[in-house]
Amino acid sequence: MNLHRFMAIVRKEFIHIRRDKASMMIALAAPLLMLFLFGYAVKLEVERVDMAVFDQDHSAQSRALVQKLKHTDYFIDRYYAGSDREVIEMVDKGIVKVGLIIPPDFERLIKGGKEAQVQFLIDGSDATTARTALSSTMLLSSDFGRDIREEMLKKAGPLGIGAGGIRALPRVLYNPAMESIKFTIPGLIGLVIQNITIILTAFSLVRERERGTLEQLIITPIRPIELILGKLIPYILIGFFDFALVMILAMTVFRMEVRGSMLMLLLFSACFVICALAMGMIISTIAKTQLQAMQMALLLLLPSVLLSGFVFPREAMPKPIYLMGFVMPLTYYLQIIRGIVLKGVGVDALRQQTGLLLFFTFLLIFVAVMRFKKRLD
Amino acid sequence: MEYAIEIHNITKVFGDFTAVDHISFSIPKGKIFGFLGPNGSGKSTTIRMLCGVLTPTSGSGTVLGLDIVKDAEKIKQSIGYMSQKFGLYEDLTIKENLNFFASIYGISGIMKKERIQEIMELCGLGEKQHAAAGILSGGWKQRLALACSLLHQPRLLILDEPTAGVDPVSRRVFWGVIHRLARSGITILVTTHYMDEAESCDLLGFIYRGQLMQLGTVEEIRQREGMHSIEDIFISYVERVSDIKVTGSFMEIRNHLD
Repeated sequence: MNLHRFMAIVRKEFIHIRRDKASMMIALAAPLLMLFLFGYAVKLEVERVDMAVFDQDHSAQSRALVQKLKHTDYFIDRYYAGSDREVIEMVDKGIVKVGLIIPPDFERLIKGGKEAQVQFLIDGSDATTARTALSSTMLLSSDFGRDIREEMLKKAGPLGIGAGGIRALPRVLYNPAMESIKFTIPGLIGLVIQNITIILTAFSLVRERERGTLEQLIITPIRPIELILGKLIPYILIGFFDFALVMILAMTVFRMEVRGSMLMLLLFSACFVICALAMGMIISTIAKTQLQAMQMALLLLLPSVLLSGFVFPREAMPKPIYLMGFVMPLTYYLQIIRGIVLKGVGVDALRQQTGLLLFFTFLLIFVAVMRFKKRLD
Repeated sequence: MEYAIEIHNITKVFGDFTAVDHISFSIPKGKIFGFLGPNGSGKSTTIRMLCGVLTPTSGSGTVLGLDIVKDAEKIKQSIGYMSQKFGLYEDLTIKENLNFFASIYGISGIMKKERIQEIMELCGLGEKQHAAAGILSGGWKQRLALACSLLHQPRLLILDEPTAGVDPVSRRVFWGVIHRLARSGITILVTTHYMDEAESCDLLGFIYRGQLMQLGTVEEIRQREGMHSIEDIFISYVERVSDIKVTGSFMEIRNHLD
């Protein structure tokens, strides 16, 4: 091996990297980005779970129970509901992850040395949160019961009335066995559609520019709109086809059942495909080579896996990272698909998410077309 | 409309760089115009303005009677263009490329089939019609590019260095086709660095640093400059304007050691 020849290649390679801004970014910025994102956002513990409380007793004891739950920082009593149905609705809509229903004779039963039952409704569609919430609620409830017994023993002495306590009845909604796969598969569908569509679309347009065929094309009578749509249609079809493929596999191999409206699911999935398409188009107007297109696509896709709440619950993430998730269309699509598949809810429960997904789709299409037209000129 | 191209004081400025500086010429129909000049002299910029792809900073012109600013879209439908770099799809076959461009120019159905057959015969492409354009040699690629530019029967052909990097035999075959097209009434604007090709043109124009140095028939230019070889005339322009001293023949270069 000749050292001079070898070093010549090494030096040249460094020059390539230095000149290619996109590669530079990947080499330097991306690791930092990923470290901080993943470092802070990946939390296997669950914290600050929003809870809705339907307190039918309004007694000192019922308030004490809620306090007990709050005290751990696991649960936040964000909402006080006025009925059973309201609590269920809030869990359906994803406004809270846990609901607590306290019966009207709570304090009386406890003070009388009997057992009072409280019901916990837990959102099972997010298996990670659900498991922790389940064990926390059980633990805290029995803790609470023990506290009461101690207190009463202190007051009334060993000859006092028999110890009361509370019995927590947890009900895990939607995914009673808390199989994480039920949670992951719908999310995976969203991820697959996004990734494939973005990459293919970005490549297609950049390839034309990279090969120099765009110059020949510009001099023909072709109109920008004909070029754009003509290039996109095959990828829209591929996106739909991929979606259908993944859905069929999910339903057969992974036995996913769609609880809610299939039509709604198809409609919004189509919308999301178009959204991903627009993102791919935007990338193609920025990237100059297919390599850059790939790098930019990756830069977008990797964080989106995390920020959208695909695996790790967003609620547990630090505020700035949590907020970043709001600009990703994938976040809304995941909520929609999980809502329809696991919770069986309809559009009214997902009004915010569907609205925002549509908004993003139109916005991205608009930006993509504007940028593309400018590029062609 | 006796002129295929008529431009008047066309100028294109990019920032503070003047790429094309007040160029005017008129090309009669059915003639072959050789557009000569060193690399970076403004040839491609002028061509883009003629094709309706670039808007002139100032000046006016018509191509086939159509205004280059207002009727740019119509111009695109009426002219054929061959770019310097191979601008066709390497993973498509000859036939698929022809099919694509025929459709882009609005040719369809039976007419499309017939037209493609005709063009393949004219340009000698039939034998390899199912070969991917990417594996073709330089000469074949140029013939394919020419074919794609002729499908819609344009009255004007603009060829940007069509024979660059092509062997002497293929070059002559190619120019045989060009002259045949010119005889049938098609106007042709060609840029080239091969001075022997230039000598066979009807009109020549020299452009250097955005300015038109000379315009006329081959004979007129020879008389004005008092030289016979177009190549020598070309070199003398460059020397005159830029103070570079260039040794004429390659044999002289070989024998001189300075």
